[in-house]
Amino acid sequence: MAAIDVQDLRKTFKVQKNRGGLKGAFVDLFKREYSEVTAVKDISFQIPEGEICGYIGENGAGKSTTIKMLTGILVPTSGRLTVGGYVPYEEREKFVRNIGVVFGQRSQLWWDIGVIESFELLRKVYRVGEADYKKRLDELVERLELQELLNRPVRKLSLGQRMRCELVAALLHNPSIVFLDEPTIGLDIVVKSEIRSFLKDMNREHGTTILLTTHDLQDIEALCSRVIMLDDGRIIYDGGLDELKQRWGTGREVAFQFGTATKLDRLEHLTAGMPVKWTAENNLAATVWIPLELNVSDVLGRVVGQADITDIKIIETNTDDIVRSIYQSGSANVAEEAVPAPSREGAGHV
Amino acid sequence: MSEHTSAAASPGGGYRGAGRPERGERRLLLEAYFDFIRIRFLTMLAYRLNYYTGILIYSLNIGVNYFTWKAIYGQGESLGGFTAAQMTTYVAVSWMARAFYFNNLDREIATDIRDGSIAIQFIRPYNYVFAKMMQGFGEGMFRFLLFMIPGMALAMLLFPVKLPQDPAAWAGFLVMLFFSFLINSQINIITGLLAFFVENNEGLMRMKRVVVDLFSGLIIPISLFPGWLSAVLKLLPFQAITYLPGSVFTGRVQGVGIWSVFGIQIIWFIILLIPLFWLYRAARQRLFVQGG
Repeated sequence: MAAIDVQDLRKTFKVQKNRGGLKGAFVDLFKREYSEVTAVKDISFQIPEGEICGYIGENGAGKSTTIKMLTGILVPTSGRLTVGGYVPYEEREKFVRNIGVVFGQRSQLWWDIGVIESFELLRKVYRVGEADYKKRLDELVERLELQELLNRPVRKLSLGQRMRCELVAALLHNPSIVFLDEPTIGLDIVVKSEIRSFLKDMNREHGTTILLTTHDLQDIEALCSRVIMLDDGRIIYDGGLDELKQRWGTGREVAFQFGTATKLDRLEHLTAGMPVKWTAENNLAATVWIPLELNVSDVLGRVVGQADITDIKIIETNTDDIVRSIYQSGSANVAEEAVPAPSREGAGHV
Repeated sequence: MSEHTSAAASPGGGYRGAGRPERGERRLLLEAYFDFIRIRFLTMLAYRLNYYTGILIYSLNIGVNYFTWKAIYGQGESLGGFTAAQMTTYVAVSWMARAFYFNNLDREIATDIRDGSIAIQFIRPYNYVFAKMMQGFGEGMFRFLLFMIPGMALAMLLFPVKLPQDPAAWAGFLVMLFFSFLINSQINIITGLLAFFVENNEGLMRMKRVVVDLFSGLIIPISLFPGWLSAVLKLLPFQAITYLPGSVFTGRVQGVGIWSVFGIQIIWFIILLIPLFWLYRAARQRLFVQGG
């Protein structure tokens, strides 16, 4: 059975429109105008138990709204959803005992009291027995190295320390499904990678299902086997990360540094007949773009020995570039058509 | 892990194990609510310096009202059924009752809604409104012990306040004071929850504050309002906050009368539960979390 099952989920907000000017403000007093904004437009997906799924999209694409419906905070306008066997908004209080939620931008610890007191209070809120709590807390504290922090008040923690405590707070009741809304936002690289490896271990050891939204694609690369990409309230991609790279990654680039001035036409002449594209920064540096199906070594073989090369760098298109180009093209379909087409310039470097 | 899977397979599965674990769970939740009282009390204690000035301000308010009434009474015997001595006591006890029952639950709820932190409240398995009420009570306990009682002692030194002799008046007053807190908090929570429905309820909250102070009889006892207005005010919940307990404390209401004014408080407490639950339910549908 799927841990998360979403069918035609939609959320529409009513937004108050303000008329301009003094007259408009006066009219607003008596007759309000509303406009409807649909943040999530009939999306469907299933996430099986034990999967880590990345949920990405630009700001305002509808990620947070979806997470808020999945966690029972928002009531959907239409559609069907079950999470861990519950309809989240119907039996909210029972349902939330089976899930853990971390909002990277909001704290769920109590500001004025010590970390351990917050945990103790959450133990009672989630009705966790003393023995289970002790075992779980010891495990988490050891894994995330929080021993020193337990007696400090939350307001005295650094962001990285606080975020590790937030994770413990969300996981004390050993939830089977965990929602993470931008859990690594604003953290330094060390803390980020600690949190990633912690999440990965948790998924492996406890089989926890994780749905993760993030703007940091390295989170996705480190953790997720699957990615759902959202744009303007619709799913534009749902599948594996490798597939995404293959389908959307358009090629690699090789940057050359030359010892003596080398003209662009000469380089183009060397690789004549290959679907590659040269760009020169100056006489001593040039870059060649090579499509995926062509071997880099074939291109190198033609150039090396013919030119006075001092340095070679191979640049692989990273996920950031891929995602940026998808965001900018705005739709999966356009790009999908563009990929198999012979001329790739348009799709490659928007 | 297997427990989770089974709980996931059948909704409510976690509750299946007979009476005992369920009772244990309920006890833990009650302990959590109790902790909300305790934590708010301790937090308030940390900021207790703010309240020392509060005691002075309230004493000043009592003083202003005391001298105003003294001037109005002049040689007169009684106004609206209050003797001058009763009025002094009424003014002092009303302000000191306010020192206890006053809280900012409306503002706290409106802020939670406006800045979106309500989201954190809704991912927890407890009732948001009830948790807020408990925090309000923690604040009330603090205000009672460190604000109202020392304030009352100071007021008694400064003004000729006459304490009741009848133990029934004391008992009646203290119980009714607790209900003043409940009813005032209900009104605050209702005002706060309205932030779900209007974009900015700042004006509403200010209006509520003035209405409660005026119509509860804090500034002018209800029996001194013009006939038609005092008749209307007797049909509103506000008199149950200040006027009724004050009347018991000053001895204007005695014996069986105490039971009937207490009855009015209980009725209002029950009636106000209806809009409270209705608003909370409607709010769940309307909820719109600000800030993405």
